[in-house]
Amino acid sequence: MKETEISKHTISVLVDNESGVLARVIGLFSGRGYNIESLTVAEVDAQAHQSRITVVTSGTPMVIEQIKAQLSRLVPVHKVSDLTLAGPSVERELALVKVIAAGEKRVESLRIADIFKARAVDATNDSFVYEIIGSPEKIDAFIKLMEPLGLSEISRTGVAAISRGTLTM
Amino acid sequence: MAERILSGSEVVLQALADQGVEVVFGYPGGAVLPLYDEIFKQNRIRHVLVRHEQAAVHAAEGYARSTGKVGVVLVTSGPGATNAVTGLTDALMDSIPVVCLTGQVPTHLIGNDAFQEADTTGITRPCTKHNYLVKNPDRLARTMHEAFHVASSGRPGPVVIDLPKDILVGKAPYLEPGQVQHRTYNPVVKGERSQIEEAMEMLASAKKPILYCGGGVINSGTQACKLLTEFTRMTGAPITLTLMGLGAYPASDKQYLGMVGMHGTYESNMSMHDCDVMVAIGARFDDRVTGNLDFFAPNSQKIQVDIDQSSINKNVPVDIGIVGDVGHVLEDMIKIWKAKQYKIEAAALDSWWKEIEGWRSKHCLSYKQPKDVIKPQHVIRSIHAATRDRKTYITTDVGQHQMWAAQHFGFEHPYEWMTSGGLGTMGYGMPAALGVQVAHPDATVVCFTGDASIMMNIQECATMTQYRLPIKTVILNNRYMGMVRQWQQLLHGSRYSESYSETLPDFVKLSEAFGFTGLTCDKPADLDDAIKKMLEIDGPVILDVAVDDKENCYPMIPSGKPHNEMLLGQETDGNEAIDSDEGMVLV
Ligand SMILES: Cc1ncc(C[n+]2csc(CCOP(=O)(O)OP(=O)(O)O)c2C)c(N)n1
Repeated sequence: MKETEISKHTISVLVDNESGVLARVIGLFSGRGYNIESLTVAEVDAQAHQSRITVVTSGTPMVIEQIKAQLSRLVPVHKVSDLTLAGPSVERELALVKVIAAGEKRVESLRIADIFKARAVDATNDSFVYEIIGSPEKIDAFIKLMEPLGLSEISRTGVAAISRGTLTM
Repeated sequence: MAERILSGSEVVLQALADQGVEVVFGYPGGAVLPLYDEIFKQNRIRHVLVRHEQAAVHAAEGYARSTGKVGVVLVTSGPGATNAVTGLTDALMDSIPVVCLTGQVPTHLIGNDAFQEADTTGITRPCTKHNYLVKNPDRLARTMHEAFHVASSGRPGPVVIDLPKDILVGKAPYLEPGQVQHRTYNPVVKGERSQIEEAMEMLASAKKPILYCGGGVINSGTQACKLLTEFTRMTGAPITLTLMGLGAYPASDKQYLGMVGMHGTYESNMSMHDCDVMVAIGARFDDRVTGNLDFFAPNSQKIQVDIDQSSINKNVPVDIGIVGDVGHVLEDMIKIWKAKQYKIEAAALDSWWKEIEGWRSKHCLSYKQPKDVIKPQHVIRSIHAATRDRKTYITTDVGQHQMWAAQHFGFEHPYEWMTSGGLGTMGYGMPAALGVQVAHPDATVVCFTGDASIMMNIQECATMTQYRLPIKTVILNNRYMGMVRQWQQLLHGSRYSESYSETLPDFVKLSEAFGFTGLTCDKPADLDDAIKKMLEIDGPVILDVAVDDKENCYPMIPSGKPHNEMLLGQETDGNEAIDSDEGMVLV
């Protein structure tokens, strides 16, 4: 890859679930001018008090290397893994999408939801809330199609990611 | 082992004692009164009362940098903590191990905008290596020990422990240092063997090698500095040091080219520019060293050794990046070099040295000392000559005087040079000298400062007097913020906007008011006597030397320029305006 080429990376960070740890990670990105496209965090091991942070970021190879090195040297960080480099991985995001519409538009939104395997998790006479799970690209595509059909609110979780096969962090 | 239940304050003091702490630099206030009460009741740990919390951190830095130990600071909540922020940032930038205890309002008041409450962990997060807020008494002892481990291992740095008052007053169990193991933080010290082998092969094949070494060598310890000297002699390669690395290699040695960077020597910067293999050891390619990155050592292969992975490939991509402690890696480098019987080709090395001798013959640091006015460089050289037979430690403030001290005071050993390199903090010099003198009561401690810098922590004169610290503060008084004036002259058409020191105090009267001796000198012929007198006085002295007010610090690589476009300045004597808008933007 060219040194100046910017590429997107999904980075998983295993951290101690202690106060301030998220602020440290976010502060590192903002303080050094790195990009955050998406960030998710939740506890993954209650007994060991460990959380997993998934950051989607972009940069030149040198910047990506810096990001990983900077993350690794934070004291509460156990492990940093670049899923984009580590091999094939699965990326999933969940979105809740509210569509307010009547008549043909309402029906059309249901049809598209069906194609995307999105579920209606709430319905009124005037609205649906769809739940869609998939890659960020799939969700983007779904949202785009909903736009002319009464799209009125979106809540997205950001990306959770894990490598395929037997490889673990 | 049965747990001992103590008060929180007792736990803190016990942990400090068990960590081998001898002295704490601090300033009291409401939130830390329980700790001060505990300090009053014991006599194992000495407390040095500074006059401003920034100075407490700089003093701890001076203590740490001159001993290799961790410096300890104690300040109160709110303004005590915020005053410490500059010092903490300074210690972070220069990788100085410091543990700073800050008071905090009681846990139940946190978040309520209580009196003297500040979000200390929030404020100090970006300016510490790590920080803690202790909310659970069970974690107090563990946190204390962990803080010392984090501050002193890997790439050292400042660590803050924020201590709510109720934690200090309440009960807490004590754990010995040995009972605490860290889960995640265990820095690599041993370098990857195969990479070191590859690196030695690369160096052995060099025709124009250079060793470029920084503060990391000093942080690694005196043994690492000895190994560096051994390795340099074995290879026959030229060596240059950064501002933070001065003393890691003896300045009087013939393989030493002087300092590298913006105000480094001509021979050193030209060698960096023209080398074909560069070995960076404990140095981080700071912009003050590299100049314009696009033209930095354009024809070289680079090897970098650093304990901090994130220092490798940060600004300058390297061919081989070895993560490890400098001392350990040097040991392996020496072993491999010997085992493989490597030798840099003699003819190539010979002609490389000839080239270097050509650059050396410019004598880029030379100056003429006229009869009527004292040259600042001459003050540094005279004091160096006068202190040669004593154990001497130097601290500086920030500006031209700092660069002249770096250029003209030859440092032969590590730990003897304390300066604010990364942050460039005016006001560092005198408090750092306090810490050095506390650590080395019998040594000569000289602080080189400027007429502007000294005013930034002048209150520490009282601390010098109180503890009878015989620090020799030498003002290179040019009645200007000299470095600012120099940049204004070179980059801003000699418009000296706000850089003249309009009203300076009478430093002799000021010294007397604080209870020690003040001396002045304004004639070249009197300088040696003034220095002699200063060194003979058994107590603090401020020596105010009136120096040439228009002297510029050369050589200089203007911001944004490559190494081989250095200004030498001697002949043109500062009338060399720099035609670069680019340079004006850069710092
Ligand atoms: C706290 C702080 N404020 C401002 C600066 C910017 N600055 C760098 S050098 C300098 C002038 C220093 O003047 P002086 O102490 O008289 O030293 P000289 O350069 O004359 O030797 C200034 C203002 C700084 N480095 N630190």
